Amino acid sequence: MTDMTQQTTSNITAKDVSMASIIWKRFRKHPGAIAGIFILALLIVAVILVPLSPYDPEASSMTERLQPPSLSHPMGTDALGRDLLTRVLYGGRISLTVGLLVVVISLSIGIPTGALAGYYGGWLDSVLMRITDTFLSLPALLVLILLSAILREIELPLFKSNSMLTIALVIGILSWMTFARLVRAIFLTLREMDFVSATRALGGSDFRIIVRHILPNSIGPIIVEATLELGYAIIEESGLSFLGFGIQPPTPSWGNLLSNAQENFTKYPWLAIFPGLMIFLAIISVNYIGDGLRDAFDPHKVFENAGEH
Amino acid sequence: MTTYITRRLIQTVGLLFLLSIMLFALVNLAPGGPLAGQGRSRHISPEKVELLKRQFGLDKPLPTQYLIWLVGNDWMKVDADGDGIEEGYGTRLGILRGDFGFSFRTRQPVLVEIGQRLPNTIYLMSITMLVALLIAIPIGIVSALRQYSKFDITVTTFSFAGQAIPEFWLGLILILIFYAWLKNPFTGDPLLPSGGIQSINSTGFNLGDRIVHLILPVITGALGWIAWYSRFLRSSMLEVIHKDYLRTARAKGLPNRMVLYKHALRNALIPIVTMLALDLPTIFGGAVFVEILFSWPGMGRLYYTAAQQRDYPVLMAVLIIGAAFIILSNLLADLLYGFLDPRVRYE
Repeated sequence: MTDMTQQTTSNITAKDVSMASIIWKRFRKHPGAIAGIFILALLIVAVILVPLSPYDPEASSMTERLQPPSLSHPMGTDALGRDLLTRVLYGGRISLTVGLLVVVISLSIGIPTGALAGYYGGWLDSVLMRITDTFLSLPALLVLILLSAILREIELPLFKSNSMLTIALVIGILSWMTFARLVRAIFLTLREMDFVSATRALGGSDFRIIVRHILPNSIGPIIVEATLELGYAIIEESGLSFLGFGIQPPTPSWGNLLSNAQENFTKYPWLAIFPGLMIFLAIISVNYIGDGLRDAFDPHKVFENAGEH
Repeated sequence: MTTYITRRLIQTVGLLFLLSIMLFALVNLAPGGPLAGQGRSRHISPEKVELLKRQFGLDKPLPTQYLIWLVGNDWMKVDADGDGIEEGYGTRLGILRGDFGFSFRTRQPVLVEIGQRLPNTIYLMSITMLVALLIAIPIGIVSALRQYSKFDITVTTFSFAGQAIPEFWLGLILILIFYAWLKNPFTGDPLLPSGGIQSINSTGFNLGDRIVHLILPVITGALGWIAWYSRFLRSSMLEVIHKDYLRTARAKGLPNRMVLYKHALRNALIPIVTMLALDLPTIFGGAVFVEILFSWPGMGRLYYTAAQQRDYPVLMAVLIIGAAFIILSNLLADLLYGFLDPRVRYE
């Protein structure tokens, strides 16, 4: 531990090195994280390129029903003769997009809440934190099931019955609290620091201090948490879809592909194995990336470095 | 200390009140209301739906409905037969007096429904948790003591994998392997059953049969916990190992075993115990996925069915009891933390 700190410190004093390159240097030393980045990148590229697949994700072909994996259908075909690989990749588009949307939604609720609570303190802090506590006391999975069960049956403009956006919003509303607490804790520490007092003395507005000075200094832990949240969100979406409350067929998502496989999976195991494998791969890569980022962003080191610049 | 607990309990009541309003609104604001499913069905005429609405008191404004749910309706006139005339006083006592109403689906009292399911869930979840801890704690200790050894690296890798496997997929794969593929060499039956608490034809209590039915659900539920708790204990142990008081313990000549198990482990377990308290609500809510996959008649499946069929009284009861469990476990975790770690003081 100490060796590493000294090493990086000497790196910084020797030359003007950007923060990003320090982080990247540390990140590179984490083999799991690098493997994670590689797998996730592969997954994303595959998901983007899937329209090039010779098979249609929704058109059924009765002559090719329930074929086991082969060269022409690497993951086999489903009960309607559709190529499973193509469907799994289209499902990946949905699942990954929902995951990203959830992260964006919970960041955009969590950061302002935590920043205001931590920066201003006092009654605003009490009110915002009581709201956060209230949300944290909800049995999350049960409320998630309830909300999506309700929304499944209504048609709203923008939120058509359980579209990606609806599901992402439902999951996001139940997962911003970690960010609020995290950001608040960071703000509580940072607002007492000299650079904040200095900005204030120079006449910087509260808004400017929050957005330009404190927030950039708290980006490390936020990124780490956001990465892990991506993993949770993917698992939550697939869980909901697995229960039949999430993304509705015929739109494929990893969860509802698994759910469809359930009926006859002992006879046609590939239908259950591959979609789950994709969820597993996505989540393990995201978690490894998060772990690597956590090591790279170790808050003490980052703050030390920030102080030297 | 007493004032602290009292204050927290009062806060709990306030929070629960707030949550109950939120949840009630959420459940009831759904378009169509609880009878939405029934109105669309061909078997029930719109007149019948109106009748049911009056009978259940669903024609009243929402705040009144909430009040009835909370304190009952034995103080107001109600229309029990649904003919549009309020003839007598109601019979509901409200949740504050322990009456959670009747299930729309089975017409049984909600508490009876829960009473039938809860023991099954507690039975499954407590065994799952116990198994998880019995495996996770030794693993965590050894992998902290031998940091970066082959064992540690293997365990860390497995725990990453364990946390990334979705429960519902793991369950399917286990059923595939142990039910569909592997057969009992003597009888040719599946090696392990794919669901249920016990065999359908079994009469009375049969320990062997019970255990056989537990294996797959327990593995499915426990794996994530094993991964999480072993990693957690590992890092907690590593943190403690470098503390000054351990060096002191060594310096005064205590044998290594004493130092590790008496001084290090005890302190490392403190966060585990509080974490465990925070996980207690799962014992109540059950693992929805495990119960559905293995047709386990517990709380998770009760809730799942209720959500599909809009059985509002059941949904509300499970939600509010679940929230109460969460809040109380939070309180328990805080108190345990202070009790186990004298350095923590409450204001």
